[in-house]
This record gives sequence, C-alpha cells and structure tokens, in this order.
Amino acid sequence: MREFSSLIGVAALLVSVSSSNAADFKPAVVFDMGGKFDQSFNEGIFNGVEKFKKESGISYREFEVTNETQREQALRKMAQRGSDPIIGVGFAQAPALEIVAKEFPKQRFTLIDMVVDLPNVQSVVFKEHEGSFLVGMMAAMKSETGKVGFVGGMDIPLIRRFACGYEQGAKHANAKVEVIQNMTGNTPAAWNDPGRGSELAKGQFDRGVDVVFAAAGGTGSGVYQAAKDAGKFAIGVDSNQNHLHPGTMLTSMVKRVDVAAYNSFDTAHKGGWTPGIQVLGLAEGGVDYAMDEHNANLVSSKMRSAVDKAKADIIAGKLKVHDYMSDNSCSM
Amino acid sequence: MAESYTFVLLTLDAALRVATPLVLCAMAGLLSERSGIIDISLEGKLLAGAFVAGTVAAVTGSAWLALLTAMVATALLSLLHGFACITHRGNQVVSGLAINIMVSGLTVVLGIAWFARGGQTPSLQAAARFMPIEFPLAETLRAVPVLGPIYTEVLSGHNLLVYVALAAVPFVYWVVYKTRFGLRLRAVGENPQAVDTAGISVTGLRYRGVLMCGLLCGIAGAYLSIAQNASFVREMSAGQGYIALAAMIFGKWRPLPALGACLMFGLLDAIAIRLQGVEIEGFGEVPVQLIQALPYIMTVVLLAGFIGKAVAPKAIGIPYVKER
Repeated sequence: MREFSSLIGVAALLVSVSSSNAADFKPAVVFDMGGKFDQSFNEGIFNGVEKFKKESGISYREFEVTNETQREQALRKMAQRGSDPIIGVGFAQAPALEIVAKEFPKQRFTLIDMVVDLPNVQSVVFKEHEGSFLVGMMAAMKSETGKVGFVGGMDIPLIRRFACGYEQGAKHANAKVEVIQNMTGNTPAAWNDPGRGSELAKGQFDRGVDVVFAAAGGTGSGVYQAAKDAGKFAIGVDSNQNHLHPGTMLTSMVKRVDVAAYNSFDTAHKGGWTPGIQVLGLAEGGVDYAMDEHNANLVSSKMRSAVDKAKADIIAGKLKVHDYMSDNSCSM
Repeated sequence: MAESYTFVLLTLDAALRVATPLVLCAMAGLLSERSGIIDISLEGKLLAGAFVAGTVAAVTGSAWLALLTAMVATALLSLLHGFACITHRGNQVVSGLAINIMVSGLTVVLGIAWFARGGQTPSLQAAARFMPIEFPLAETLRAVPVLGPIYTEVLSGHNLLVYVALAAVPFVYWVVYKTRFGLRLRAVGENPQAVDTAGISVTGLRYRGVLMCGLLCGIAGAYLSIAQNASFVREMSAGQGYIALAAMIFGKWRPLPALGACLMFGLLDAIAIRLQGVEIEGFGEVPVQLIQALPYIMTVVLLAGFIGKAVAPKAIGIPYVKER
C-alpha cells in the first residue's frame, strides 16, 4: 500500500513538472540566510527581481532560507516545480546549487557571488577589489589621523579581496596612510555578531582610526553604530547603506546584485541568457561607490573628482587593482 | 610608556563592556543552580531578552519600558523552565535545551513577521537606548597622574547596565550568604529533604530561584540589544550564555570567583580584539587564529591546573520527590 501511494506521488510529481513546463515563464529565487530585507546583499537581489516583476507583470516564486540544510531542499523544490530560471543567492549556496543543477540539466540556474562550472549554470561574480579601491581612496582622503580601518566578517578569501582592494585604494590616495584590518571570526557566526563588530571598531578608534569600512554582513551594523556613537566615519557595503546613519556614513561600496538578478530574469524571458561566468567590475557597472542626499555633505568635490579619475583609469586599464583571489596574497 | 598605559586602560575598559552580559548571566545561573535547578537556558533567555528589549524599544522608544518587558519575558521563560522541571520533575537539561531552540527559532520568525528585516529590529535612536554615563569631573580628573586616567577611561563612560551588572555581584553575594532566604536557597540545593523536614516549601524556594535568574537574564539581554548595540540581530547572543555558565562553574558556584572568571573571559576577548594585526616587537604580527583561540586555550590550562575541583551543589539536577 505504501509503495502504491508513493507511486501515485511520483506520478503526480511528473504530471506537475510537465504541466508547469508547458505553462508560462516561471522564474524563481532562493534568498540566503540574511533574508530578503537584510538592508544589504539579499535586499539588492529582491529589488532586482521586483523590478522585473513590475516591468513584465510576471511574478516569481521565492523562498527565504533560514538554516543551512534548507538551501538544497529549496533549490530542488523550485526545480521540481518547473521554475526556470532559478537564482541562487550568495556564495554559500554554491555546493547545493551544483548538486541540484546536475539533477535538473534542462533548467537554467543563476548563481550570484560564486562560480559553479556547469553547462546550465550562469555564475555572476563581482570585482569587489575595484569598488573597495574607490572607497579606500575616499577613506584615506577623509581621514584626519592618517589611519583607516577595515572590519571583515568571516575570514575567507572573498573578504580578503575587499580588504586588499581597500588597502590599495587608501595607499593610492595617501602613500603614508596606515590601514588597520580586523576579521570578526572564522565561523559563519562572524556574519551576525554586531557586538563584536562594535568592539572591533572601538578598538580601531582607540588606535587612531577615524574612517572604518565594514564588509561583514549583519556584524557591520555594530560597526556603523559604533562609528556614529564615537563621531567617526563608516563605509557601508553591498547595498547603499548611506541612509542608516546620515552624517557618519561616508559612502557605501555597492555591488549591483539587483542588476545581475534583473538581467538573469530579463534575458531568460526575452532570450539571450547564456551560461558561464560573468565578471562585473567598474566597467560593467557591477560595483561602484554610492552618492546620495545622505552623504552629499561629507564628500568634497575634490574627493569626488580624485575618485572619479581613478575610476576612469581603472575602466581604461591604466590603473590595475590587484585581486587577492588571483594568487591568495595581497603583496603590492 | 604613557602610550602602553593608555593601551592597558582601554583594554580594561573594553573588557568591562564585553564582560557585562557574562556577569549578569553568571549571577542568574548561580541563583538557579544554587537552588538545585540546572539552567543551560541562559543562552536562550539572553537572546529572548535581547529580542523583546529591541522590539519594545523600537516600538515605544522607551529604554526603561524595554528593559522592564525584557525582564518580564525572561522571567516567564524561567517559570516555564520551572514548570517543566520543578512541578513536573522533567529533565532539567532537556527543558533548558528546548527553551534555547525555541527562542532561537521564535525570535527570527517573529522578527521577520513584525519588521520584515531578515530578523533584525529597526535601529534605535539614542533616546531609546541606555547611553554612556560620564562621571562627575571625569574630564578634569584625567590630568591626575596614574589614577586620573583609570577613573576617566575605565570607570566612567559606561552605560547604566554595566554598573547594574557590577552591583549585581555584591547583591547576589548578600542574598545568597547573608539572608535567611539565601541560607534556605543553598540548603535546598544541597539537601532538599532537610529543608522539607523543617517545614519549608522546596517547590516555592526553587521557583523563587529560577524567577530571580530570569529577571537577571532579562537585564543581560536588554544590554545586548539596547545598550551595547542599537538593534536586535538574529542569534546575537552568540554563545555568551554558555560562556557565562562555564564562568559560573569556573567560579565554583560562588559570586566573587564567578565575577573573576567573567572578567577574565572579557579581558581575553578584549585583548584578542586589540592584538589582531598588531606587530609585537621581536615576534612580528600575531596570527589571527592564535589570538582567537587564546580564550579557549587559557580556559583549558586554567581548568586543568589552577582551579582545582569544582563541586556542584549536591542536589543539582535531581527533581525533588517527597518520600511517602
């Protein structure tokens, strides 16, 4: 009896898959553990897919992962229900997406922030070092003490890439600047420890730092708060976080994950979606520094013109920013 | 010289900030465990207190109301723990673990449902938080050699809850060792039969023990979300409840040694934060991993060699059954 009912289950599944394949365009997105309103990475994706929904009138399926084991289940479930394309958000979903993409070779997957090399996967990664370079320049020019800080989340090569680009930018603007770097920890808990972030920032302030850049997920909120409480400057990451503390948020290093998510849905819908690796840097508008009404008073026109010149030079190839992940070192 | 003196003072200052939730939780755990109820739900109560305080402060803008509701919420969790393991004689470790798991899930679910920010609460304005208090004459006394900076940097300039935590230690000491209630509390953790024979309610005493534990955890939780930080973030307790439990055992279930253990953990953490990326003469830059492992290495070394045997209250973990 049990076998019979599971047979029915399989049959029902097959029917649902084929019927949904026959139906309209059904995109899906699996957000990662920050949740879609994390004011940072996931929210960027959310803004991108919402834009697509508004323009095309096509709604999408979504799921917010709340623990590690759900990633693979969620991706598989989306695939089983016939969604195509499916966006996986964040480097942590790479192993799960690789497994599921192999099981469903006819469906298209887009992975943001990490590379999975399969014929039906599009991997979108960013040149974080280029964006970090620009905010590093800003930090060094804003600093009165000649010391700038960096607080990273979990100590992984991706975060070292932010740190390395930031340091190069700071040194480019002021060769004598001192860059103090801290990592929050070696486990995923380091993405969500604002108390420790705030202590790390205070430790840096005590050592003379007056501008700090945090690339640390939820831990960053502690860093920004500490900067506000101490009257120092902080630099946000991923999404434009300038609005969090107007007056002390110098700028944000934005990754246009919204554009990546939008493009994935849009090209899959209209045609032109291609698998493979897309690397988005300054030239492609994939990374940038954020200017808006919240930080307009903090950034002088001199700073802007210097940063914009460096940006143009990097795009033109005249200025090379070393990528930490190319050789796992930050020797300059 | 003057610079390294300032470095030491600033490290002590940070140690005090880091140790505050540990001290409050360790005192809370002490009150519960001295009555014979194991409390590994310190972690969950800390997290629940942080969430409730962060939520209430965000909605009402009142730090005091937030503190109060956080204490009520954690006291209710304590009563739940008591209901399971005092009234129904359930396993105390299982009940504590259940509370930890429940709170870990519930805070995220409610946080997402109410604020839609991935489990965070909105960030708070200064009025809705406990802000640093400058002691009188702090700036003038800074000039006094040696002692002046201690007063200005280390003692002054913390928020109210840091001082509450420090005051909680002598208070708990006084309650446990100098009052009739404290004597009975200790007795009920060692030999509940004797207490019962004397005509005093074992159940009542144990309930009062866990209730006071809950109230202190609420203060610790509020410290995390509305004093040290300016919003609740999912899993922000980050294992500090467990560290407090370890510190209490380290201090052999006594308030002053437990305070010492908490301050030591805080100090090691503060040193770890400050030594990251610093060049030490003749040694070079210390590897991050070594620094981060330092508190744990110290714990093992101290536990193995210097602390001696930690003897728990005799009746701890054993539900009381009246012999008939």
